[in-house]
Amino acid sequence: MDIIPVYPENHGAMIGASKMGEDLCIKAEDMGYSSDLCSYARTDISCSIVKGGPLGGLPEPDMLICCNNICGTVLKWYEIQARYYNVPLFILDTPICHTQYSPEIARYVRTQMDEYIAFLETNTKKKFDYDKMARVGKLAYTAQLLWQKVLNTTAHKPSPMSAFDAFFFLALIVTLRGTQIAVDFYRQLLQEMEQRIQTGISMVPDEKYRLLWDNLPVWYRLKWLSEKFSGHNACLVADTYTSAWCGAIKYTDENNFLDSMAEAYTRIYLNIGVDQMADQVLDMIKFYDADGLVMHSNRSCKPYSFGQMDIMRIVREKTNIPVLMIEADMVDPRSFSQSQIETRIDAFMEIIKQRND
Amino acid sequence: MNNKERGSIYAGIDIGSITAKAALIKDNRLLATHVILTGYDPINAGIKVFEALLKKAKISKKDVPAIVSTGYGRASVSFADKALTEIICHGTGAYFINPEIRGIIDVGGQDSKAILLNAKGQVENFAMNDKCAAGTGRFLEVMAKALEVELNQLGDFGLNADKPLKISSICTVFAESEVISMIAGQQKRENIIAGIHDSAAARVAILANKIKIKKPVMMTGGVAKNKGMVAALEKRLGLTLIVKDFAQENGAIGAAVLASKL
Repeated sequence: MDIIPVYPENHGAMIGASKMGEDLCIKAEDMGYSSDLCSYARTDISCSIVKGGPLGGLPEPDMLICCNNICGTVLKWYEIQARYYNVPLFILDTPICHTQYSPEIARYVRTQMDEYIAFLETNTKKKFDYDKMARVGKLAYTAQLLWQKVLNTTAHKPSPMSAFDAFFFLALIVTLRGTQIAVDFYRQLLQEMEQRIQTGISMVPDEKYRLLWDNLPVWYRLKWLSEKFSGHNACLVADTYTSAWCGAIKYTDENNFLDSMAEAYTRIYLNIGVDQMADQVLDMIKFYDADGLVMHSNRSCKPYSFGQMDIMRIVREKTNIPVLMIEADMVDPRSFSQSQIETRIDAFMEIIKQRND
Repeated sequence: MNNKERGSIYAGIDIGSITAKAALIKDNRLLATHVILTGYDPINAGIKVFEALLKKAKISKKDVPAIVSTGYGRASVSFADKALTEIICHGTGAYFINPEIRGIIDVGGQDSKAILLNAKGQVENFAMNDKCAAGTGRFLEVMAKALEVELNQLGDFGLNADKPLKISSICTVFAESEVISMIAGQQKRENIIAGIHDSAAARVAILANKIKIKKPVMMTGGVAKNKGMVAALEKRLGLTLIVKDFAQENGAIGAAVLASKL
């Protein structure tokens, strides 16, 4: 449809990584929004007004589209923005699959795909090109496969990259999915990782311990956290976050894109039951041979942080590896207490060392 | 060089948010301990507490081949051979005092923690307070000040309550306001203090329950000296807490034991 997608959530991540989150969060709170509201939402909403952040704000939208498969806040957040910009809003509603993807859910979400297309046709005044969508779908599918392969390379010991790298390499699969650029990028990245494995280049020099990360990154503290862990010879080899952009690939049929898209969107990591989430975490611990699990209890992201205590318990019961929970926020640095978090990480690493030595 | 050839006295220094503690062990036995206020300069506190301890034990620095530092100021003890967290040091200290111990509740100046040990004295799991200092020594300090009671008398006052009051705020600042309005309402000091202890104990009990603490449980940290707080915690947890003489210095003792293993 020649629509250029722009993603407020990714804009929030950019604001966080640029350490510009605090001022914009305060601005949103000045406007009357609660400090308990997601910091992506707070910074995006206030940025629309003050045109701040690393980009001077996002361009004004012609329409807004959101899906609640990983986030409930988007419903109200996008409604607010739709009112502010006075533009039409489309909401794709994906019910949570507590235990399974039922025929009712399949029909419900699939119907919305047609409504979505109709919405786009009305607002662009163009006919939907199904052939083009099939081509774009194939590119999206190929890029996801490549991204999964890139992430799989970290199963190698020592790991050629860490989750801290994945947090950045993620950008294209999120914002340029369905383009040739993304496919080319991940193909090259995969080659580079394979080359690093062959020549024995590791991300953390002298990697001794391998950890799994859960939840979004703490965008404004990536360097500090990365140095903290590598100082203990520990590499965050994988995470549940970046793998979410290829986790539902098994439900995608590149030759039947519309039907399978409904299923892939609905059965994403954050839209399933806690037991299934725990199973995925356990699979990752095994696949990447992790010595510990680090969970970020993220004040902003309720769907991600809810259920973490249960996952923690299940992981402890089934694997006996140490689990650390740190409390922070992805964008708002006021929720990050350095000395408290430092002590927790140091103690967690002391436990891992004591067990492994 | 093997430490055993160089001597057999080892030191641990625990720089906490309120007090600095130091301990010496010799031939696997506790030789001496010392406690001072940390003040605004943790670097100086580390030097001072160590020097005073050496003087007390009538030895010199060269008699101590290895030192481990711990606590929030662990990085400011530049003469230590290694810095380790309070979690592993309290675990090691408790195990050194009594190898039967499986659970530890440590309530210090700015944090409280619950630690689970295995039969080898290794830390299995731990939980710490986050973002909030309610349920810590600082909480009790603020309340003691509001009530014009010496910190070391708080325990006895609390034990003499006839009708303990309930503090509902979980925030230290709001709890202080609540206490002030109780004072204004001419409530008995003993009853307010019992309420304060129960409120702090409730916070700490959450940490212990979070890791499913195992008996026998030792209480360490400066707050273990407060009998009212110990009783409130025992009531909340439904178990008996073991409190030893050097509960406050337990982290430093653990650090000294770990220094002997460097």
